[in-house]
Amino acid sequence: MEDLVIIGAGPAGLTAGLYAARARLKTVLLERLAPGGQVLSTDWVENYPGFPDGVSGFELVDRMKRQAEKFGIVIQSQEVSSLELTPDKKIVVTDKGNLETKALILACGAGYRKLGIEGEDFLTGKGVSYCGTCDGPFYRDLEVVAIGGGDTALEEALFLTRFASKVHLIHRRDELRAVKLLQDRVMAQEKINIIWDTIPTRIVGENGVDGIGLKNVKTGEESLLPVQGVFVFIGVIPNNQLAKGLLELDDRGFVVTNDYMETSLKGVFAAGDIRSKLLWQISTAVGEGATAAFAAEKYIEGF
Amino acid sequence: MADVLNVTDGTFDDEIINSDIPAMVDFWAEWCGPCKMVGPVVEELAQDYKGRIKIASMDVDQNRQTPGKFGIRNIPTLILFKGGEVAQTIVGAHPKSHIEEELKKLL
Repeated sequence: MEDLVIIGAGPAGLTAGLYAARARLKTVLLERLAPGGQVLSTDWVENYPGFPDGVSGFELVDRMKRQAEKFGIVIQSQEVSSLELTPDKKIVVTDKGNLETKALILACGAGYRKLGIEGEDFLTGKGVSYCGTCDGPFYRDLEVVAIGGGDTALEEALFLTRFASKVHLIHRRDELRAVKLLQDRVMAQEKINIIWDTIPTRIVGENGVDGIGLKNVKTGEESLLPVQGVFVFIGVIPNNQLAKGLLELDDRGFVVTNDYMETSLKGVFAAGDIRSKLLWQISTAVGEGATAAFAAEKYIEGF
Repeated sequence: MADVLNVTDGTFDDEIINSDIPAMVDFWAEWCGPCKMVGPVVEELAQDYKGRIKIASMDVDQNRQTPGKFGIRNIPTLILFKGGEVAQTIVGAHPKSHIEEELKKLL
């Protein structure tokens, strides 16, 4: 039997792994893709302490991975299909077999939220994108929209100005939610045109995106903006498939924990973007990973 | 990437379109983080399906013609081919189970 199974190798899972390895817990860290999580979609991280000049998302995660591995953690490429959880028995079912463990940390992270409008699914891969750093270079000298008003939307809109001739930032309200510094940069960027109080209604095109339908939420006025790319940054949804029906979730589906990262089931902890919390950041994820591993260690001692 | 065949604009038709067995091509670029996430999954599939499905990858930064021909505007994109025709397109970094479901339909 394992002491601890950690699901997910983003910043939260890698930090939990680092702490668990140093505590000499018999730990398995599972990841269904390559380690990194959403950080890998981030071009440049400017708000993670210790890197005054910033650091690329890839390098940051690579450093976290190497640090955890240095203390003995082994990251296994396995996809978890389900969990069988009772207060005294925890079984993790993966594509490569079953793992029985004393404690479990869910660090499954979150994925992008879709708009849920006409044309979106059909045109994904043909001009609808959820990752500016991946797909921006395909839009050299083309006109695109970025949708959203948070940090990610503004960071990505700024990134897209390196390639696109014009970036229309579509936001449903009359003020942005993003941190002020990013707002200032966006306001100063001539290639960005902010369209306020507006929601997208449909994406049109046959073999590629030709335009996006817009609706002003204050006046009700509808219009069609001709663009070649639609980038969607309207927040995340938790990767909670494994937790559904087993653990308490908040009304948006994030896993509820206390200050010790304990979920509604004893011996099961959660850390990082999957958690119900105030601020979803790399800097908060690592603290939660450390706390979850420490709390798991205490739990295992009394097992 | 031992089992993953690197294809270029020059070799694409020979290796993929005229392939005797079904094929899957992972379109990626160095700049793309999620491409790095899906890389190990593609490698595993290349081992699992060795001899049955040809698993290849193409760097879209070095090869412009083929991605253009297939209208690729997102990476990672996986395109599955059977008999030289596109059988399925998978956009984004998906877990192995999802990709495998589509691969099995080629056999």
